[in-house]
Amino acid sequence: MAGMVVGDPPSGPGPVLARHGGLGASARRRSPEPSPPAEPFGVYVHIPFCASRCGYCDFATWTDRGHQVEAYVDACVRDVDRLRRSGAARPATSVFFGGGTPSLLPASSLLRILDSIERVPGCEVTVECNPDSVDAPKLGEYRAGGVTRISLGVQSMAPHVLAYLERTHDPANVERAVAWARAVGFEHLNLDLIYGTPGETVDDWRATLERAVALGPDHVSAYALTVEPGTPLGRRVAAGSVPGPDDDDQADRYEIADDVLTGAGFAWYEISNWARPGGECRHNLLYWTGGEYLPVGCAAHGHRAGRRSWNVRNPDRYVAALEGGRSPEAGSEVLDPQARAEEAFALALRTAGGAPLPDSGAEPAALLAGLERDGFVRLGGGRVRLTRRGRLMATDVTARLLAAGVADPGPVADAEPVALRLGRGGRPG
Amino acid sequence: MTSLSSFRNVSIIAHIDHGKSTLADRFLEMTGAVAARDMRAQYLDSMDLERERGITIKAQNVRLSWRDHVVNLIDTPGHVDFGYEVSRSLAACEGVILLVDASQGIEAQTLANCYLALEHDLAIVAALNKIDLPAAEPERIAGEIEQVLGIPAAEILSISAKTGEGVPELLDAVIDRVPAPEGNESAALQALIFDSSYDSYRGVISAVRIVNGVLGSGDRLRFVQTGNVHVAEEIGVRLPDPTPVGRLGPGEVGYLIAGIKDVGEARVGETVTQAARPAEALAGYREPKPMVFCGLYPVDGDEFAALREALEKLRLNDSSFTYEPETSGALGFGFRCGFLGLLHMEIVRERLEREYGLSLVATAPNVEYHVRSPDGRSTVVDNPSAMPSPNEVESIEEPYTTVTVLTPTEYVGALMELAQSRRGEMRKMEYLSEERVELVYDLPLAEIVTDFFDQLKSRTRGYASLDYEPSGHRPSDLAKVDVLLNGVPVDAFSAIVHRDRAYDYGRRMTEKLRELIPRQMFDVPIQAAISGRIIARETVKARRKDVLAKCYGGDVSRKRKLLERQKEGKKRMKQIGRVEVPQEAFVAALRLGE
Repeated sequence: MAGMVVGDPPSGPGPVLARHGGLGASARRRSPEPSPPAEPFGVYVHIPFCASRCGYCDFATWTDRGHQVEAYVDACVRDVDRLRRSGAARPATSVFFGGGTPSLLPASSLLRILDSIERVPGCEVTVECNPDSVDAPKLGEYRAGGVTRISLGVQSMAPHVLAYLERTHDPANVERAVAWARAVGFEHLNLDLIYGTPGETVDDWRATLERAVALGPDHVSAYALTVEPGTPLGRRVAAGSVPGPDDDDQADRYEIADDVLTGAGFAWYEISNWARPGGECRHNLLYWTGGEYLPVGCAAHGHRAGRRSWNVRNPDRYVAALEGGRSPEAGSEVLDPQARAEEAFALALRTAGGAPLPDSGAEPAALLAGLERDGFVRLGGGRVRLTRRGRLMATDVTARLLAAGVADPGPVADAEPVALRLGRGGRPG
Repeated sequence: MTSLSSFRNVSIIAHIDHGKSTLADRFLEMTGAVAARDMRAQYLDSMDLERERGITIKAQNVRLSWRDHVVNLIDTPGHVDFGYEVSRSLAACEGVILLVDASQGIEAQTLANCYLALEHDLAIVAALNKIDLPAAEPERIAGEIEQVLGIPAAEILSISAKTGEGVPELLDAVIDRVPAPEGNESAALQALIFDSSYDSYRGVISAVRIVNGVLGSGDRLRFVQTGNVHVAEEIGVRLPDPTPVGRLGPGEVGYLIAGIKDVGEARVGETVTQAARPAEALAGYREPKPMVFCGLYPVDGDEFAALREALEKLRLNDSSFTYEPETSGALGFGFRCGFLGLLHMEIVRERLEREYGLSLVATAPNVEYHVRSPDGRSTVVDNPSAMPSPNEVESIEEPYTTVTVLTPTEYVGALMELAQSRRGEMRKMEYLSEERVELVYDLPLAEIVTDFFDQLKSRTRGYASLDYEPSGHRPSDLAKVDVLLNGVPVDAFSAIVHRDRAYDYGRRMTEKLRELIPRQMFDVPIQAAISGRIIARETVKARRKDVLAKCYGGDVSRKRKLLERQKEGKKRMKQIGRVEVPQEAFVAALRLGE
């Protein structure tokens, strides 16, 4: 463990630094009182390991690296320290462990990374979990270690759809995992769902939604199955051995999802996301509101002041970089004001808050009026918001608005923050 | 100076592939005009396009020596579209060599050109070619020629242009059977221009046949049709290399360079006289008259200026096509062009693309209509979108043609069916032999310019041949079919069709466009209509989903780039009313129609 020395931070005064010290240790450090809102700042930690690879997945994942988990965790901790010392880090308002399958890590390993991250009180900490790689003790450790939110990759409640997606869990795993999460005190629970899988019927989808709602999450993400080139599914569709998803069919399913979820008390707040009041994912909102976040782990992306960067994709190279005391950054781009404004507009338009409108401009005004007349957007309060019909056509609508110059840099305010409240829900209940 | 009696001026009349260019090659070799080491196949065909297609577009002439005689071999364009040019070439001759493939038999255009030669009282020396091939049936084919043209089978020579067998005898027969030209050397100059081409260094080079008088180098010349005066900078003969001479006398064939920059100033059929001693125009001059029209558009709108320039240049070389700018809502800026016929249209388009590097889209070809209004006024319409609305139309006349088809007997049924489906009326049916039939139909030109020729070839496995000549305009029950996208007419797809075929056209176009037009944000009706009455309808259903499901930290850059591409894509769309159509969709729809 000699390498650890390289990344060891000098200890000293500073903002609260949560340290993992066994069950309840970090909870003890967290203030139970509401804190004043902090400037949002996120940390994304990528855990690239998976037990098996799903046919539709194009994320950076590896299934044969069990032996190097600890070296990887060390590298992440070292990366965090490096970032802090470089001055890039601020106390985090949200941390997100994504993957891959973060829940494959021993809880203590995951918490070792979390503990290294400087956080504000009430920081949202999400861990993506596979229903069949968690158990009650692991979830308990997460909870005690400062994790506030569990995101379960459910995808479907229909066994034949799960089989098609090459998922290793079954609906019973899901119900068990949710029960354990509740038992150890998680209030914030997201279920990830996928619709439009070949072979999935409308009834399968409706049943999936209804069973998901019955499990009592405060957040649901529902994604259209996207066929990515280069994935096994992509190759099968390209070869014509399975039909690709049908757009009309997926539109129908999106509308069903919206109906079922809003009917159950969820509010839509981003293209593919619905939450009960207070259940919105703070970290993801950061992405959609142009917020800043640090990348930790291989293939992780970061954003700071208009500069987007990404780390090396391969975990071996990530570990090697950190062990060698080098930055794992593989590349970056700095956006010009036009691109930055357009990106901010496009991201904001995906959210329920919508995007701010320019003060003037005949072309955008005529286009906006037409889009409103046709039922794609609603205008009001100086903002443009997508209707449900508009959400389904978001790319086209956005491209049209950008082509008309709606986001050209000018007196445009930042996107309206949605539910960016801190200081709640961080305590074991 | 050679005396008139030693001249022989002849053309070769032959169908495509019957071996005309090969025979010309043998002539060049055997008469010593071209040394064997300089010889290449199809020596006289200068354009790549000609060699590839095996047809002659621009005629080349050559002066040969045989048995103390001068043989001027006058080449003729090898296609029905250039009938007038053929007639002028024949007017420069006293005889023709009729060259017929000994296994294929005589074809329709060859027959038509032979009739033309007979009208000019030309001597015909018939020869069967390719007798070295196993499939050759010289006796049967000779019998056919005797039947249709009255040339005694015994007088028909048998040759192989490939091996040279019988070629000297053919040259002998030309000397013996073709009369020497007649002409008066002391009369005022009358020279017939039977071909003109443009050379970027020398300007227009015209092929001329001296009918009367003498053409001398340096002479001041008056061109009778244009009335313009030019100086003969250079006159000469082709041996086949251009060789200047001091003078050309009656009966002689040569070339004339007179500092002219536009072939339109030295048209085929023009009469050249001395400025100081003008003479009558020779008979038979005709203005070139376009019969087939289409819009030509650059696929890339930025190439409009380049297209204009290319058309200007090409026209220096070919004065028989016309062009004028037009604008299409679907295709942008382009030109409405007129051509002598379908092949001519194809050739011009291909030369524009090949020689000027342009990528073009052509609207469906159409013909020229005579439209009479209720108050008796008559207008000429060569563009469907210019057709007046029905209440301003009393009657419409369309150009008709007399179509001659020669076919093996087994395909007669298929051809009658085809002609009938294209509104043909049979005029004549005659058995040339037990195996071959001549069919003559009256047929609207509009039917020929669609896919008649392709159909003819496919229904007869390529064995039938076609010739047509204009036979005037006739009233027809025609309708203009408009194609509407979300209620807005798309000019590029308007067509004038016979009322019986309107429904079929409308259905085909709407189906085709439904497949090609991308789904929009709303349902888009595609309709075909005759004066506002819908006759066919298809719907492009609204696109309901165009959204990226996921957009998180790592996706942002990728998604932004995708949006940037989409945004640029939006700017490139053609807007037809509220419908956005990529130009490629229109291009594809028009290409499918070809």
